Amino acid sequence: MMDATNILKEAFDKQNGAGGNLAEYQQENWKMFSGLGLPAIKHEEWKYTRIKNVFTNNLVISNDSTLSQDALNGLILKGTENANRIVFLNGRFLKASSITTDSAEAICIKPLEIAAGDEDADFVNINLGHSQRYHGDGINALNAAFANGGVYIRVNKGATLKNPIIIYHVSDSSNGLRFSQPRILVNIQEAAQVELIETYVNMGGGENLTNEVIEITAEKDAILHYVKLQNEGDKTNHAGTTHIRQTGKCLTHAVTITLSGAIVRNNLNMVMEAEHGESHMYGLYLLNGNTLADNHTIVDNAMPHCYSNELYKGIMDDASTGVFNGKIFVRKDAQKTNAYQSNKNILVGDHASANTKPQLEILADDVKCSHGCTIGKLDEDALFYLRARGISAENARSMLLHAFAIDILEQIKNKDIKDYAEQLVAERLSFSI
Amino acid sequence: MLKINNLQARIEEKEILKGINLDIKPGEIHAIMGPNGSGKSTLASVLAGRETYDVTGGTVDFMGKDLLELSPEDRAKEGLFLAFQYPVEIPGVSTTNFIKSAVNEKRKYLGLEPLDAAQFLRNMKEKMKLVEIDQSLLSRSLNEGFSGGEKKRNEIFQMAMLEPKLAILDETDSGLDIDALRIVANGVNQLRNKDNAFLVVTHYQRLLDYIVPDFVHVLYKGRIVRSGTKELAKELEVKGYDFIKAEVDQELA
Repeated sequence: MMDATNILKEAFDKQNGAGGNLAEYQQENWKMFSGLGLPAIKHEEWKYTRIKNVFTNNLVISNDSTLSQDALNGLILKGTENANRIVFLNGRFLKASSITTDSAEAICIKPLEIAAGDEDADFVNINLGHSQRYHGDGINALNAAFANGGVYIRVNKGATLKNPIIIYHVSDSSNGLRFSQPRILVNIQEAAQVELIETYVNMGGGENLTNEVIEITAEKDAILHYVKLQNEGDKTNHAGTTHIRQTGKCLTHAVTITLSGAIVRNNLNMVMEAEHGESHMYGLYLLNGNTLADNHTIVDNAMPHCYSNELYKGIMDDASTGVFNGKIFVRKDAQKTNAYQSNKNILVGDHASANTKPQLEILADDVKCSHGCTIGKLDEDALFYLRARGISAENARSMLLHAFAIDILEQIKNKDIKDYAEQLVAERLSFSI
Repeated sequence: MLKINNLQARIEEKEILKGINLDIKPGEIHAIMGPNGSGKSTLASVLAGRETYDVTGGTVDFMGKDLLELSPEDRAKEGLFLAFQYPVEIPGVSTTNFIKSAVNEKRKYLGLEPLDAAQFLRNMKEKMKLVEIDQSLLSRSLNEGFSGGEKKRNEIFQMAMLEPKLAILDETDSGLDIDALRIVANGVNQLRNKDNAFLVVTHYQRLLDYIVPDFVHVLYKGRIVRSGTKELAKELEVKGYDFIKAEVDQELA
């Protein structure tokens, strides 16, 4: 039996050249991956997250599954029937199942390898792989080596999308550990307004591993509301990078929610390259069993007068582990930066743990930056107060955990997605009024 | 209604209640007074079931049930209510939803149907008038950002909604200005009837001008050292606690 490295090599050789305009880019990245290898725990950025261990000889890459229309219809989130829909199956863009509901004047969705050779080629050349400046590890390079099969999204200048864009990542895990590597490049042009949602489904009942990179560039006056909602079940492993780059003064807002998984790693970057940019990053990880969820965030302030606000909250039950690492860079020229960061954790399970690390590197001297983190148990005074009013210990606990989580969910702008997330969280916490 | 017999309690190694005896009958208002650190708030907390205190001896009978055997929530559902000295702020929990949960959990315990939205609202509107509490306050998170007076009125409002048999008011007067005090006391007086009872814990006599007690007890060093009528409270107001302390310390010496 082949080991994971050979499986990857064989898959790469098989698809090499299929990327057309991307072939060279993929080849470079394969070389880079071969040199770097997979990040092991001695890699500082991966010390809690043993992603390398997931790469076993059970890995399945070949794309031999299909997705029936019925199965697909079952995945569509309630209330979002009119959304622009992008479907990935096993990490490959499934054009036939994707639909664009906004007008062609407003939005263009096409395969990444096509965009790399048409009028969007310049944008692709400049922006594809931008995240590697922040994540120069083997896992990012590995995704890039398989960038064909990705998708390119352009939201045109001045367009306010009527409908959100929802990306469904479907993995078929019925015949082994399904390995999917979706690649997405998003071009949000000047003054365009977009709601972009990513959600993940593991079909087939087996294990899966997704290694995703989504890179988004937002131009002047653009507004982006991004949501990543992960609830695939306990057999899922996930390493995803969401890289958001502001090239003009604009507003980018991200909410990252992790509700289950074996190993889940979310990288989120806000690269603020223009003055007066504004970014928001909110995260909720609500974990149980043996789930490990690791959120690494970066805010890079390169120019003056930017504002960023970050709040991540974790609830860890059973033997689950939450990891938060929040980097804030303030470059020499980024005077008058306002950057706020907070990470709050509640340990519910006796064997649960939380690791939190704020990491600020400030080179400018006239800035306001704050950070804080807490790890604790549920507030005993609050529990007693509720119980003293006749609310059972169990319900009081649900009520308090729900209250803790809800302010992250309230950050989700799209009402249907917010309702869906609230429902998932309420069910998990057995919360009802 | 409530019969406390030789109740003793400690927190960690510190003995705080050293044998409390108290008998409260329906329709009565009892006041517990005493200097700081005498154990007044501990008594209130122990009766409500706070687990940070260890009960080391004695019994408490509440309408035929062994109160000390009940969880805090069951004590509440049996009809005990504690108005907190420091009501807890709980962001993210709406006051209205919280009270609705509390009311309906109690009804369920008593074998009653839950109140529907309309009944609950009607009930709420009526009780809001009692403590002059505003609707806008109730749609906010529980006690979050409430002023001291608003928190205390919210306690009395919850009491009105839950209709307890025995209400313990733990220093409800602390931090209240005279107008808020009058509103709170007025609420209590309107809720008073021949079937319920109140245990008013206070440091000052001031509150007892508005909520007139049938009995006044002085707690000192974990024991009730004097019991009397409201005249005892008046005497304390004039003389302070020192004269009682001196007398008791002499007796103990």
